[in-house]
Amino acid sequence: MWSFYFNELIRSLPFFIKGLWMTVAVSGLSLIVGTIIGFIWGIIRASRNKILRSLIGAWVDLIRGTPFLVQVFIVFFILPGIGIELEAFPAAVISLTNLAACFICEIVAGGILAVSSGQREAATASGLSAYQQLRYIILPQAMRTILPPLVGQYVLLVKDSSVVSAIGVVDVTRVGWLTVQRIPEGIMVFGLVGILYFVVCYPLINLSNILERRMTVVATRL
Amino acid sequence: MLEAFNFRVILEYMPLYLQCFLATLWLSALSLLGALVVGTIACAMRLSASRVVSSIAGVYIESIRSTPLLAQLYFFYFGLPSLGIMVPEWVTGVFALTLNSGAYYAEIVRSGIQAIPNGQIEAGIASGLNYFQRMRYIILPQALGMTIRPMLGQAIVLVKDSSLLSLISIAELTRAGQLLTSDRFMPAEGFLTTAAFYLIIYYMLKGFSSWSEKRLIFREAH
Repeated sequence: MWSFYFNELIRSLPFFIKGLWMTVAVSGLSLIVGTIIGFIWGIIRASRNKILRSLIGAWVDLIRGTPFLVQVFIVFFILPGIGIELEAFPAAVISLTNLAACFICEIVAGGILAVSSGQREAATASGLSAYQQLRYIILPQAMRTILPPLVGQYVLLVKDSSVVSAIGVVDVTRVGWLTVQRIPEGIMVFGLVGILYFVVCYPLINLSNILERRMTVVATRL
Repeated sequence: MLEAFNFRVILEYMPLYLQCFLATLWLSALSLLGALVVGTIACAMRLSASRVVSSIAGVYIESIRSTPLLAQLYFFYFGLPSLGIMVPEWVTGVFALTLNSGAYYAEIVRSGIQAIPNGQIEAGIASGLNYFQRMRYIILPQALGMTIRPMLGQAIVLVKDSSLLSLISIAELTRAGQLLTSDRFMPAEGFLTTAAFYLIIYYMLKGFSSWSEKRLIFREAH
């Protein structure tokens, strides 16, 4: 029986690859857009504009304080109520993008604030504009603090993308859930699902660790 | 949107919400306790001098950290019955949450222990303290102070992660929102109330986190 199910599982491998592609599509799209938005929010959050700063802070707190599953349900079920009809895929991308932006915003703001104020003062004294300061002085130094946790955050977000299977996006987790109805060997089916996630996440985890080591060395050498 | 918001339904469902709020609290508390135990053991194994023991813990930690909780939850939910193990859903849920958070706690404890300079441990050995005395009087008190914040952060993550248990039909906060949504077709009332309850837990843990940090700095200063 076991080998029959195993063969059956091998036969449905293309289905799993399709699901993996969906996982990569949802998380890749959200990560790219989320990183851009996150950097913009983070720069604002580290700026001197009090109103904008606390507005973003409050939003980030709301998102960090509620489970992603609830956020996905809110986007998918409540936005149609106010006239924004969404398919499952855009709803998933919107909620994951927002989550990514919120976490990345905190990382970016932390990185910018970690650059010593003397640098900014020296830049101001040299007559650099606000944009030039950010572009040539602050961000290059902040990147050293930002990059390792940023990649670590990407891993968390790829894993969080599994939650969107709850609204019917056919990602790897959903494929596993559908397959287990047909092949009742949970260990085997979700073992495969786990391996597929591992293939995506493990290189990223290693990259994050390498970056962490490299960046610390650079920082101490200075 | 707000004029259509039906507070009466929320009041009507309040007993269900409170019951589910308590369920979320105790499911999380139970998993948190388990995770602390599992995490400490896994960390001790990871730091063990024996290669075999250390790599067993390594495989556990890495495989948990590079796969999503939802896949792990389904792994046990569908996998345990196929091994002939029949347990109630909530046991499966707490088990999956415990194993998941345990891996993260292992890493947190490890970073705390490794942050203690080697000289202190050598000084402890030179003073004739044995392994447990060194752990009890030198390493753990310092490691705990350094890791209290990431530990509380992980506790917040755990509470939010417990929302996934709704997907294996355990009655907790997110499930309450789903029930209200499906009974009355009121997703806004259902899920926003759920979110509000999660925010209560979030702000409490966050407040406790910054309070404990202040206390620790205060103690260090004296």
